[in-house]
Amino acid sequence: MTVDGIVSVSDRAAERAAAAGPRRRRRIVNALRIAILVVFLGGWELAARTHLIDPFFFAMPSMIAAQLWTWINEGTSQGPLWGEVLVTLEETVIGFVIGAVLGIVCGIVLGRDKLLADVFSIYIKVANSIPRIVLGSIFVIALGLGMQSKVALAVVMVFFVVFGNAFQGVREADRSLIANARILGASPWQVTTTVIVPAAMSWILASLHVSFGFALVGAVVGEFLGSRHGLGLLISTEQGLFNPSGVFAAMIVLAAVALTADYLLSWAENRLLTWRPPSFSDTGA
Amino acid sequence: MSALPVEDVPTIELVGVSRRFVTPGGTSLTALRDFDMTVRRGEFVAVVGPTGCGKSTTLSLITGIAAPTTGQVRVMGKPVTGNDPRVGFVFQTDALFPWRNVLRNVAAGPLYRGMPKEKAYAAARDWIARVGLAGFEQHYPHQLSGGMRKRVALAQTFINNPEILLMDEPFSALDVQTRVVMQDELLSIWSSSNASVVFVTHDLEEAIALADRVYVLTAGPATVKAVYDVNLPRPRVTAEIRYEPAFVELSRRIWDDLRDEVRLGAARPAQLAAATRTA
Repeated sequence: MTVDGIVSVSDRAAERAAAAGPRRRRRIVNALRIAILVVFLGGWELAARTHLIDPFFFAMPSMIAAQLWTWINEGTSQGPLWGEVLVTLEETVIGFVIGAVLGIVCGIVLGRDKLLADVFSIYIKVANSIPRIVLGSIFVIALGLGMQSKVALAVVMVFFVVFGNAFQGVREADRSLIANARILGASPWQVTTTVIVPAAMSWILASLHVSFGFALVGAVVGEFLGSRHGLGLLISTEQGLFNPSGVFAAMIVLAAVALTADYLLSWAENRLLTWRPPSFSDTGA
Repeated sequence: MSALPVEDVPTIELVGVSRRFVTPGGTSLTALRDFDMTVRRGEFVAVVGPTGCGKSTTLSLITGIAAPTTGQVRVMGKPVTGNDPRVGFVFQTDALFPWRNVLRNVAAGPLYRGMPKEKAYAAARDWIARVGLAGFEQHYPHQLSGGMRKRVALAQTFINNPEILLMDEPFSALDVQTRVVMQDELLSIWSSSNASVVFVTHDLEEAIALADRVYVLTAGPATVKAVYDVNLPRPRVTAEIRYEPAFVELSRRIWDDLRDEVRLGAARPAQLAAATRTA
């Protein structure tokens, strides 16, 4: 009985000791991260105030913060800040959804059909090699200054990334899983829905992460090229006014949008892929 | 043949079968040559031969995945059509669906075949208990050991009540102790079914411990070198049967046959193994 007691106490002590290591490490990492931010922003501010760099061209953190404050409280030259964010977000999300759905469907169809894949591979390669941002000009000419041209650009940006990954995911699907499903009695359609799609899902979800960023780029560049609202237009206006702190402030708003979306996508991914073994980096968290 | 009563029609019949592959490089390779095999109803047949000789090709021919270049393959007296619902297959590799838990893996067959959900899950629960995994219904394959995953694979196959069970080195990836346990598990499930089994393995002792008859193949191109009847009494306990004098004597006789082929097989290029796997 005493032996049991000793063992369990020393076990718990060992566990505590093991937990203390990562906790201390996490504290050090966080402290270093904050230190780097302080040094970077402080150095920038200091360099600008001592005119080591010209704040007229490079702004400085306090000016950017003030600019953000003004936008939040008094709105931008185009209207309230949240309205501009909403316009850009709407274009991004619509473009993202359309591009992702098209990419997934085309990827799976071409991944399943060898003949179609062989026929279309050449055109996909050509289309993929075009710098797609340039298409933005065509879209503005053809679809006007409204939402459609930005959505179209976002769709084009997203489609190829998602398509490529979905196609690859289908091609990489485990042959023995497909054979097993066939022998267990699955029809070709059942093989697609219950084996191919789940097998390709981790590939597809990985591409969604990257491509949301691309959708945002598409929407912002579209606004840049010609629009009446949105963060891209705001950046373009501030650039025209030689106001770098406005450009930086808009950039920070965009970054916040992108990070939030990335967080939401990670959450959705974890919900969809519960069957996966946890990766080693996650076990400590 | 039509004169035979139904119960005398062999479940599986391969008559004078040859199978040639063309490799991606364009050269042709013969995997099987003048191959004859008969499996009677409810019989357990093991196929042993050197690695890469074309053992697995026999199974592909029976499922209809591959067609014979010459000769005939008949199942229940009729030529193979492909995708026969009476056939079950246990793979060498892990073929469980990693995104489905144990319950939904085992229920996959009945669900594919259109059984209502509640009924399929009830049957699956029944089979999960029969293979000793009750309580693991909600686990995903990656949370199970290799032996447990094989149990799930057996339940997944047997839930469809296959009349023909094809097994392609199903236990070769397991450690020795687990393998023996799984062999007994297989024998006990099989004895309460009436399935005819073709069990491909490179493990001679496994073949003798399990089968009614053992086909020994030559090094590729494979043909039947000899067929041995295994007259050991059933039910068998595979862990113990291998110490019986009759078992030892039989395994010595078969090994004498097999040894030369293994030596020949080792000298054969690995090309064929690759070609048969992709086919």
